[in-house]
Amino acid sequence: MTRSTFTLSRRRLLAGAAGAALTTPMINRAWAADPVQINMLAWYGHAEPDIVAEFEAANNVKFVPKYYAGGDNMLGLIAQSPPGTYDLILSDAEFVQQLNMAGYIEEMDPSLYPFDDFWPEYQKFPGHWTDDQLWSVMVRFGLLGVSYNSDVMTREEAMSYNAFWNPKITGKLGHFDWHLPSLGQISLLNGNRDPSPFDISEDAWEAVMEKTLSLKPQVGGYFDYGGTFASLKNGEMLAMAGIGDWITGVLQKDGAPVASVIPEEGGIQWTESYSIGKGTTKHEIINKFINYMLSPEGQVKSIKMAAYPGLSPLKSGWKAIQEADPAEAKRSGLIEGDDQSPIKLLSEGRLFFRDIPRQQDLEDWNDFWSEYKTA
Amino acid sequence: MSKRFEAYPYVWRLPLLIWQGLFFVGPLILMVAMSFWLVRNYRMEPDFVLKNWDRMLGRDYFWNAYWVTLWRATLAGVLASLIAFPASYALAFRVSETTRRWAIFFLIVPFFTSYLVRVYAWQVLLAESGPINAVLGFGGLGPFTMLNSGFGAMVGYMTLVLPLVVILQTFSLAAIDRNLIEAAWNLGASPRETLFQVILPAARIGLILGATFAFILSFGDFVSPFYLGGSKPPTLSILIIDTTKSGQQWPRAAVVAIMMIATLFVAAFAAVGAAYGRRK
Repeated sequence: MTRSTFTLSRRRLLAGAAGAALTTPMINRAWAADPVQINMLAWYGHAEPDIVAEFEAANNVKFVPKYYAGGDNMLGLIAQSPPGTYDLILSDAEFVQQLNMAGYIEEMDPSLYPFDDFWPEYQKFPGHWTDDQLWSVMVRFGLLGVSYNSDVMTREEAMSYNAFWNPKITGKLGHFDWHLPSLGQISLLNGNRDPSPFDISEDAWEAVMEKTLSLKPQVGGYFDYGGTFASLKNGEMLAMAGIGDWITGVLQKDGAPVASVIPEEGGIQWTESYSIGKGTTKHEIINKFINYMLSPEGQVKSIKMAAYPGLSPLKSGWKAIQEADPAEAKRSGLIEGDDQSPIKLLSEGRLFFRDIPRQQDLEDWNDFWSEYKTA
Repeated sequence: MSKRFEAYPYVWRLPLLIWQGLFFVGPLILMVAMSFWLVRNYRMEPDFVLKNWDRMLGRDYFWNAYWVTLWRATLAGVLASLIAFPASYALAFRVSETTRRWAIFFLIVPFFTSYLVRVYAWQVLLAESGPINAVLGFGGLGPFTMLNSGFGAMVGYMTLVLPLVVILQTFSLAAIDRNLIEAAWNLGASPRETLFQVILPAARIGLILGATFAFILSFGDFVSPFYLGGSKPPTLSILIIDTTKSGQQWPRAAVVAIMMIATLFVAAFAAVGAAYGRRK
């Protein structure tokens, strides 16, 4: 008898719970409309909660990210999707022109964004504009230089790309496995600064290849994003070419003895910017989000992004991080006059925007990279 | 009625045929076709040009990667067979039936965890600041660079193939008719002669298949040469990744893949021929 009562009550409990579970979504729906879905194509981290959660909650939207790794990968993903698949596209600056040429992005209205607040150097970013037509709005950037283990190498030693040939790191130099940043750095070391390490003659390209091959005995491996983190953290690699604070900044917060500097020969800047996907119908909310990310609040989030830190191209962003987190502002050089301040580096002609090769085919650079890896 | 009866065996064969057609022959044909396509503006366009073949096979880096992959896979097959043999021999001839069953069970257990996870664990163990070097350090040895090297990759290959090779060898050794071994002894054969003239020939099929599986799995593996070998140098599977990453060159990646499949076909047929072929 007792047993059957128990069985009955358990059934009732189960039935009640199931009923409640089934009706809960209806109740929720009655309370709030479904959030608007924003499909974002971006590098990893850009639609994670530390960046978008507050905006999602305040505006009843939901970001659905498709993450890519590298500009080629991004262009491939768009090429394989029907128009209108992505509402918002975060792209590396050097690929904006290709997005535009292929007709994947819409023209943007400059009056909607706070360009007056941008540092003058970043107001008319190359590739983002065709004459006065705007195609992409810069949201963050970072610098690529010499990344090193500070227990093994001093900052002074790291202040030249020649540090990659330092006997202390023979067999312990890692490469981020992408040709553009590493070859760009060797090109800088070879003195290709005018107009840019990526705009070089055939002779200069031959010299870059020769110099790069001479680095081979130093190389301990070629790594993807995760491998770069792991090998620097466990001390397996003592220096890394082709990266910068976007990797070592995260590791520093973890207590690893690593750092990045922009050497005397100059650094390479990566630049991330938002474009509006052609065919979207959500212009209003997308523009609101872009403005949110350009606001001091959004810029602080972007500077401290959990996946990888970035710098702010806006004056108000610098001010905001100086107030919100002075140590971070100092660490990342977002202080006027700091010797690693990107604006200072630009004025000294020591900072170059990462680009695709201008006088050679991208294929040639890539082929050489494969050759270098098997050499 | 009789017609339906004739159809019966075909119905049972059909799933296998459909499966092979859909998931092997179909993709293979597509891949061969794709190797003649062109990529324009990051988009593949059907075409019939030899450019991809010319480009890939005309490059030194392809052949460097090819020979490295072939050499490493061969070494993995030989090493796995040699390392596995004493264990397999002991399991087949020296332990009780119960022990053997438990041992087989424990050889299957590694497959319960993802190979990638096991390789990440090796990253920690093999690191210069890792436990293995720490232990060696107590004996005044090292530290040795084990990660991001051919050695690291080989450790990964062994992680992948060794349990399987031991299982295959054990089964084939255990299946040998004991009377043959006893007869060899009775006829005065030394242990060495018994091993080389009776046991090894009798277990030939399992031994060759074990080595072949080790070769095939290592030849196509991406995880170990990448995460433990540091892509230094890249193998063919890493070359496929590089090729697709850069400029979405799936057609060129298809060329690499076809070369790999062709090599594996040759290796597999040669192995089957050696295993099941008539003895001299």
